[in-house]
Amino acid sequence: MKGATCYKNDLENLRATELTLRPPGIDVEEVIRSASIATKCKKRALSEKKETDENEQATEPVAKAQIVGWPPIRAYRMNSFRSRKSLVVDDNNGGIYVKVSMDGVPYLRKIDLKIYEGYEELWRALEDMFKCSSLVPVNYDEPKYAITYEDKDGDWMLVGDVPWEMFISSCKRMRIMKGCEARGQSSSA
Amino acid sequence: MRCGGGGPAWAMFPDEVWEQVFSFLGSDADRNAAFVTIVLVPRLGRRAERRSRRRVFVGNCYAVAPAAAVARFPEARAAAVKGKPHFADFNLVPGDWGGGADAWVAAMAEGWPLLEELRLKRMVVSDDCLEALARAFKNLRVLALTSCDGFSTAGLAAIAAHCRNLRELDLQENMIEENCSHWLSHFPESFTSLVNLNIACLEGEVNVSVLERLVSRCPNLKTLGLNQAFPLDKLNILLRRAPQLIDLGTGRFDAEYYPELFHKLESAFSGCKSLRGLSGIWEAVPAHLPALYSICEGLTSLNLSYATIQSPDLIKLVSQCKNLQKLWVMDFIEDAGLAVVASSCKLLQELRVFPSDPYGEVAQPPVSLTERGLIAVSTGCPMLHSVLYFCRQMTNSALITVAHNRPNLIRFRLCILEPHTPDYLTFQPLDAGFSAIVESCRDLCRLSLSGLLTDRVFKSIGAYADCLEMLSVAFAGDSDAGLHYILSGCKSLKKLEIRDCPFGAKPLLANAAKLETMRSLWMSSCAVTLGACRLLAQKMPQLNVEVIDERGGRPSWELRPNDCPVEKLFVYRTLAGRRADKPPCVWIV
Repeated sequence: MKGATCYKNDLENLRATELTLRPPGIDVEEVIRSASIATKCKKRALSEKKETDENEQATEPVAKAQIVGWPPIRAYRMNSFRSRKSLVVDDNNGGIYVKVSMDGVPYLRKIDLKIYEGYEELWRALEDMFKCSSLVPVNYDEPKYAITYEDKDGDWMLVGDVPWEMFISSCKRMRIMKGCEARGQSSSA
Repeated sequence: MRCGGGGPAWAMFPDEVWEQVFSFLGSDADRNAAFVTIVLVPRLGRRAERRSRRRVFVGNCYAVAPAAAVARFPEARAAAVKGKPHFADFNLVPGDWGGGADAWVAAMAEGWPLLEELRLKRMVVSDDCLEALARAFKNLRVLALTSCDGFSTAGLAAIAAHCRNLRELDLQENMIEENCSHWLSHFPESFTSLVNLNIACLEGEVNVSVLERLVSRCPNLKTLGLNQAFPLDKLNILLRRAPQLIDLGTGRFDAEYYPELFHKLESAFSGCKSLRGLSGIWEAVPAHLPALYSICEGLTSLNLSYATIQSPDLIKLVSQCKNLQKLWVMDFIEDAGLAVVASSCKLLQELRVFPSDPYGEVAQPPVSLTERGLIAVSTGCPMLHSVLYFCRQMTNSALITVAHNRPNLIRFRLCILEPHTPDYLTFQPLDAGFSAIVESCRDLCRLSLSGLLTDRVFKSIGAYADCLEMLSVAFAGDSDAGLHYILSGCKSLKKLEIRDCPFGAKPLLANAAKLETMRSLWMSSCAVTLGACRLLAQKMPQLNVEVIDERGGRPSWELRPNDCPVEKLFVYRTLAGRRADKPPCVWIV
C-alpha cells in the first residue's frame, strides 16, 4: 500500500472522527479562522512526506470554534460554562446538557441536546460517540440497545415517543440499555 | 533491561531503576502538602528506609505493576496513583484508553490492608472497585478522587456504609453517574468522624435534612463542599450546624432576593469565624454577595471561577479580602478588577483567571481582560508565584515586565485563546516574552505556552529552564529543532505534552535516553510517523510507545507502512512492560 494513500492529507477527515460533542458529519460554519492555522501545520508536516499539490488544494478552512480540546479548559468546567451561558446571555443559545451512560461502558459522555434537529441526528450522534452501529431502531429487527431517558418526574422513558421539543425540555439524563433489559422492564432505571 | 511480566524479577533491579520511577516531584509536594514523595538512592542504609516508607506516589499507573509497588513498600499507609495523560482533561485521549483502578485496588487490598489514605487522579474507578476498597481497608481515612469516571453514587453508598473511620471524602471534578440519590443516608448514625466532605461535582439534589444531620454529628468537620444543586435558602441551616468550618464550597448562590433570606445568610456567615476558604458561588446574584463581607478579611482562598458576576461586584468583594493567598476568578474581573487585587491583596500567591467566553460566541463586546491585568498583579503582588491566565491578547513587553517583576514564579501558564496570536502591537512572535520568563524565573517548574512562537523560544527554554518539570506546548514552533532544544536541555523535565506542532519524531530518536528520565511524553497532531515510533520502541525497550488511532476500519498497525502518520503518541517509561488492558485504539509498538 502506498504511503500517499495511507495518509490522506486531509485534516478534516481526522477531525471528523475525533471525539467531539458536535453532531457527526462536518458542519462547516462560517469561518473566521485563518487558513494558516490548518495549513501551517500541514505544510511543515507535509514537507517530510512530499505530498502532491493536489492534496494541498484539498485544504479547507476548518470551523474555528471546533478545535478539539482548545482552549485547554477541563471538560468539567466547560460543561458548567455552557449550561451557565444561557443565564449570562439571554438568547436562545442556552445548551441543554445531559449525561449519557451506556451499559458496559465505564465512562459517561455529556451532550447538548439543543444542537440536534431531531431524533435521527441524536441517534447517529450517539452511535458515533459510543462506537456502536445498532442504535437506530429498525422495525423489522430486534434492537440490541434501547435508548432511555429520565424525565422531569423521575420516570425512565423510551426515547422517541414524544415530540422532539417536548423531549429535550423534559430530559434530565439518558441511558443506553442493552436491548434484553429494556424489553424486560418498561420504565425502571 | 526489561521486566518481563509480573513476578519477582523486579526485585533484582538495582535501586537506580526505582529512582527513576519513584522520584521527587516538588510540584506535587506543594499541592498535596501532606505528601512526601520517594527518592531511592543506592546507598547503604536506604534499603531500610524503603521498608518503612509510609507514603507512596505513583505518577503513572502503568509505570510499575501494582503488585510490585505494593511489595516494594510494605509499610505504606498512604498511596496516590495517577492514570490518564493530562490531555485527557481536554478530551484528547479516547475514553477507553485505560487508567483502570481495579488492578491497583486489588493489589493494595492484598498487600496494604492497613491503608489509610487513597488518592486517585484521572483513573477509571468502577463501583465494584469502590465496594472492594470499602470492604478491604478498615482503616481508610481519606478517599480522594479527582477527574475520575466509571463510578456512580451507588459506589459512594458503599463507601459511606462501610468506611467507619472515614475522615475525608473528596470528590473533585469527577463524572459520576447518579443513580442512587440517597447515598448520603448510608453513613450510619454512629458515624461521626468526617473532617472533609466535598461533593461539588455531583449534579443531583442531595437531601438537605440528611446532610444536616450528618454535619451536625460530625464536630470535626472542617471542609464542606456542596454542589450546585444545593439551594441558597438552606445554606444558613448548614452553617449554623458547622460554624467551625475552615473551608466552604457553597451551592448555587442565586435565589430570589428577599431581606429575610439575606439576613439569615449574613448572620450565618458572620458566625463562621474560622472560615479561610470559599468556593462554589455558582450563578451568583449580586444582591446576595454582601452577606459574605463579614468573612472576607479572614479568607486566604477564594474560588469565584463559577460565579458569573461582573467586575464592579467582584471588585467590591475582592477588595475586602486583604489576606487572600489564592484567587480563582473569571475574566469578568477585567483589568480594572485585577488592578484592585494588586493593591488590596498583597499576600496573593496564586492567581487563575478563566475565560467566560472561550469560543467567542457571546454577541456582546468581549470582557476587557488583557495583558494589563497580568502586569498589574505581577507588579503589585510580591508573593505571586503561580499564574494561570486566559486572555485574548499579549505583548512581549508585558511578559518581559512580568518576568522582571516576578523572578519568583514557579508556575506560569498563559493561554491566549486564539492559536498563533502574535504580539498585538508589534506583530512579532512571543518568543522574546517567554524567553524572558524562563531566563528570569529560575525556579520555574511548570510552563504552558501559547500565541505565535518559533523555534527560538524552545532554544531559550532548553537552555535556561533547569527546574522545569512540566511543559505544555500547542500550535507552536517551526521545525524539529524546537523539540530537539527541549529534549536536549531542560534537565528536570518530567512531563512533556505537545499538540498541533510541526515536530517529527527525529528529535525523539536523537534524545531517546532523555525519554527514560521523564515520566511521559504526549504528542498529538504533530508530524510523527509510524516508522520513527518503531525505531524508538526498538531502541528503548524500557519505554512503552503507544500509538493511538480512534478511527475504525483501518488496517492493523502491524501492516501499516513506516510513513503512516501517527495522530496521537504517548510514550512513557515503565518497569511493567506492555500493559495487558490496552483498548483497540491503542497499539504498543
